[in-house]
Amino acid sequence: MPTIYIDDQALEVAQGENILEACLNAGMDLPYFCWHPAMGSIGSCRQCALVQYQNEEDTKGRIVMGCMTPVTEGARFSLSADNAGEFREAVVESLMLNHPHDCPVCGEGGECHLQDMTVMVGHRDRRYTGKKNTHRNQYLGPLIHHEMNRCITCYRCERYYRDYAGGKDLAAQASHDHVYFGRHEEGVLQSEFSGNLVEVCPTGVFTDKPFLKHYSRKWDLQSAPSICSGCAVGCNIAPGERYGRLKRVHNRYNHEVNGYFLCDRGRFGSGYINSDARLDYAGIKKPDGSFMAVHQQQAIDTAVGWIKNKKVAGIGSPRASLEANYLLRELVGAANFVPGFSDREAAILSTIVRTLKTTTAANPSIKQMEAADAILILGEDVTNTAPRVALGLRQSVRNKAFELAAQMGLPQWQDAAVRNLAQDQRSPMIIVSAMDTRLDDVASQCISLPADDIAAFGYGVAKALSGEKMDDEAVNQVADILFAANSPLVISGTSMLHEGIINSAVAVAEQLHTSGKSSMLSLCVAESNSLGLALLVDDGQSDRAASIPKLAKRASKLDAVIILENTLERRGASGEIQQLFDADSKVISMDILENTTLGNSDLVLPAASYAESQGTLVSSEGRAQRYFPVYQPSAERLPSWQWLLKLAAGCECSELAELEYFDQVVAACANSQPALAQLVDVAPLRDYRNQGLKIPRQTHRYSGRTAMNAGVSVHEPQQPKDTQSPLAFSMEGLNRDEPASLIPYVWSPGWNSNQSLQKFQAEVDGPLKGGTSGAHLISSDGLGAVQPQVSVTANLKPHQWHLVPVHRVHGSDEMSINTDEVAELAGRPFIAIGEKLAEKLGVVEGDGLLVTQHKAEFSLEVKILSRVAKNCVGFSAGYSETLELQPGDLVTLVKDESWVYPTPTMIATDRGAAHV
Amino acid sequence: MNDAQMIQTDLDSVLSAEELREIDAELSHVPYKSGAAIDALKIVQARRGWISDQCLQAIAKYLDMSAEELEGIATFYNLIYRRPVGKKVILFCDSVSCWICGCDSIKQKITDVLGVDYGQTTEDNEYSLIPVPCLGACDRAPVMMVGDDLVTHIDEAKIDELFADKTNNSGGNT
Repeated sequence: MPTIYIDDQALEVAQGENILEACLNAGMDLPYFCWHPAMGSIGSCRQCALVQYQNEEDTKGRIVMGCMTPVTEGARFSLSADNAGEFREAVVESLMLNHPHDCPVCGEGGECHLQDMTVMVGHRDRRYTGKKNTHRNQYLGPLIHHEMNRCITCYRCERYYRDYAGGKDLAAQASHDHVYFGRHEEGVLQSEFSGNLVEVCPTGVFTDKPFLKHYSRKWDLQSAPSICSGCAVGCNIAPGERYGRLKRVHNRYNHEVNGYFLCDRGRFGSGYINSDARLDYAGIKKPDGSFMAVHQQQAIDTAVGWIKNKKVAGIGSPRASLEANYLLRELVGAANFVPGFSDREAAILSTIVRTLKTTTAANPSIKQMEAADAILILGEDVTNTAPRVALGLRQSVRNKAFELAAQMGLPQWQDAAVRNLAQDQRSPMIIVSAMDTRLDDVASQCISLPADDIAAFGYGVAKALSGEKMDDEAVNQVADILFAANSPLVISGTSMLHEGIINSAVAVAEQLHTSGKSSMLSLCVAESNSLGLALLVDDGQSDRAASIPKLAKRASKLDAVIILENTLERRGASGEIQQLFDADSKVISMDILENTTLGNSDLVLPAASYAESQGTLVSSEGRAQRYFPVYQPSAERLPSWQWLLKLAAGCECSELAELEYFDQVVAACANSQPALAQLVDVAPLRDYRNQGLKIPRQTHRYSGRTAMNAGVSVHEPQQPKDTQSPLAFSMEGLNRDEPASLIPYVWSPGWNSNQSLQKFQAEVDGPLKGGTSGAHLISSDGLGAVQPQVSVTANLKPHQWHLVPVHRVHGSDEMSINTDEVAELAGRPFIAIGEKLAEKLGVVEGDGLLVTQHKAEFSLEVKILSRVAKNCVGFSAGYSETLELQPGDLVTLVKDESWVYPTPTMIATDRGAAHV
Repeated sequence: MNDAQMIQTDLDSVLSAEELREIDAELSHVPYKSGAAIDALKIVQARRGWISDQCLQAIAKYLDMSAEELEGIATFYNLIYRRPVGKKVILFCDSVSCWICGCDSIKQKITDVLGVDYGQTTEDNEYSLIPVPCLGACDRAPVMMVGDDLVTHIDEAKIDELFADKTNNSGGNT
């Protein structure tokens, strides 16, 4: 480790880092703009200037840029030298020439890196009195607000959007003092990761548009550590609340999972929490079918009357917490508990659980995936089913570039140089899928095959890896590529609902291990707690456990059924499910939003959302993570686990009735299954104190606490007490040096923006000082998990097509679609076909097709894809209009001659005159 | 046919056969299609005088680039025109040598004679006036280019001579 001297202070620094990183690691405040820990240095903003001296005798030195200067043994620098300070101040002054200084109306104010840096360099007096440049702002869609005048031309946005996230529709334009960052023409940003611009931009050019519509300053937000429930990746988020509304979601750093970035579903998909479709009160169905609102206690008494000492079954949910599912399972008894997956999904998930418990391959975090130097993706459009993973895979393919750079002695952080050197040379990524995926642009090879053939391809690769020569040359090539790699990664998932594909992916990963490789295997699952629920019900043998249709069939023999946060129409078998509602048994449902299942129930209980409750979710990596309530549920809502505890108490269910605290539920849940034993390590217990204090959810500048609700009541309410977690609904406490799973927001003196994160990191871009959140639940016995290949031959009649699910970040998720902005981006349900088929059917993009499946007929909008496997057509998966369509179903297609072209509708945006 | 389809078809027919042939010739010299971006812009501009949005989109499509990527290049270079210009573009040097030799007053003269300032085009669409930092002819300063011709040692008389027809037409300025 080299020793360098900064202002004559000796510092041991890591080999290969730059001076800016060394200074930040040493806790010194060296201002910067364009450098970003995940994106490296380009030296464009000139802000991180310091003086470098030749030797001890040199008193004059020369100004160098910290981010572009590698550390070398014995190098001497000064941060405090007058000329360095003057230089840094001059840089800010020059940036301020054109900056409008409109902080009072800017959505970045109070968490603005430019504000922080301006104060840090000591620049106070503006000398420039001339006119400032003004730009035209662009409409960039419902998510991102554009205010170009605030730009300081650091180029971070373009480097993030294009270089890091692979977006094509945002670029730096023009030159010198009229540089512009935007699109060629106004329109919705196309990247699924556009929201990170909000956090990447050091000032207010790109801001969170939905947040601006009900804006609060960062210091007025109440935040808590949380976990995204948008998919099964388990990104860490920091939602902020004020006035009982969820205002916005910010990234919460997790070194191993999401790092600095979220997808747009995660960042913008929580608007449903403020929706009018939220349930406020419990309701009992009246004979006329409408609901009568009742108080909590009345609802509980009614439910208890229906279930106490009766025959009761329960349906769990992959989008509810592990604890709530556990409580329901205990309440009704394991034999009467149905996990709430569709039958097909349940079978595949049990295969996945079995695989993860036995496989020789590692189940990698995103950080580990980023180190892969060859990737095989089987049947998964990762960008749309596990978005944040896809962003990681875009970094994995850069390992080729880093390898080339290492040969030249270039450090990885020399971003422009490394990219220039590599051009489009990338590590191999082979995508075998039925249709286009959003990673095709960085793939070395895309192979279009129907579902069964994808599985056969995977098994072929496994055989080729074992030394067998296959007939298909493509198979042999893929095997060679994987074999040549140091850390190959195989990815598949449940989105095609095809067990064969997953088993073939397992076969490849296992064969790689047999061939002496350390392989990684990542299997994407659908919902935020799919894997947790599958682990909860896994008994190690039966893979055809109790299912919803089976339960529905014996519903008439039951007295009551309790449904936990589950919309049954999304679980297939609609006919059987109707039997459940038609039977005489009472149906008790708890959920967050109105849905068809609630409408069919006899008693509905309003459940708290993830932002108002605590629970544990298990990601597809097998990482269990805890989310904490950001604020207390309003009206008569309760977290589902509390509803269930109250029901258990009413039923005098002896074991459950003793549970009072969430921690006790966690402990009981951990005891119930060996695979869940690590649950108790997920986060500190409720009695954890940081230097004797709880962790504050509110910043120390939180304003108007006693007055903010004066519009409702002039009586000062007491602050709510949180008896369930180590966090407090308060400004008092210590938000420093706590375990990573408890950090509610980042702030440090002088660092009001999200760049204060570096004060929480043990080292720049490294893990947090408080470790890494979550605990790994699944440990494999390493015995291997190969499943035999089941060969299937499809029997297609002429003009029949196989349905392939097409997932969308905006649209396929049940909850986020209830957010106005997401609904607008999701558009209408669609049928996706190839160009040739479109020509044959005489349709173009935007026309209508009649899709006939069995006897049901759907009229859907046509989307044209560039790459489609033979005999395949795609359908919008997860859209409420196409729930009846199932992957693998056979359909016929004809042009819909009576298709009505819908007129564009404006839902959430401010397109047109008013620009917020 | 709906809008999306119409735009698609239109873009494919924007560039002429000769333009495409010349762009193809450039493409044969570069390892990446986008490497021919500047040349493609110049080829199209040579024939049309400027690069319209539609041309830009058509070129971008032909080179497998996004319109944003090509827009970044097109707007970076001052001599790629993203707005219509007159038949001849006057590139007026305002750099050091020309400034020492009094280009300021000559620029004023041009403005008086043609009635246009920097970035503007005469009403009859003959001339556009654009500043340029150095034309590499400092030994003959002040200089400017009018269309493809380099005009050296400019003085007010030379301006009158060059734009004689304008001088007569505009009346009041002389």
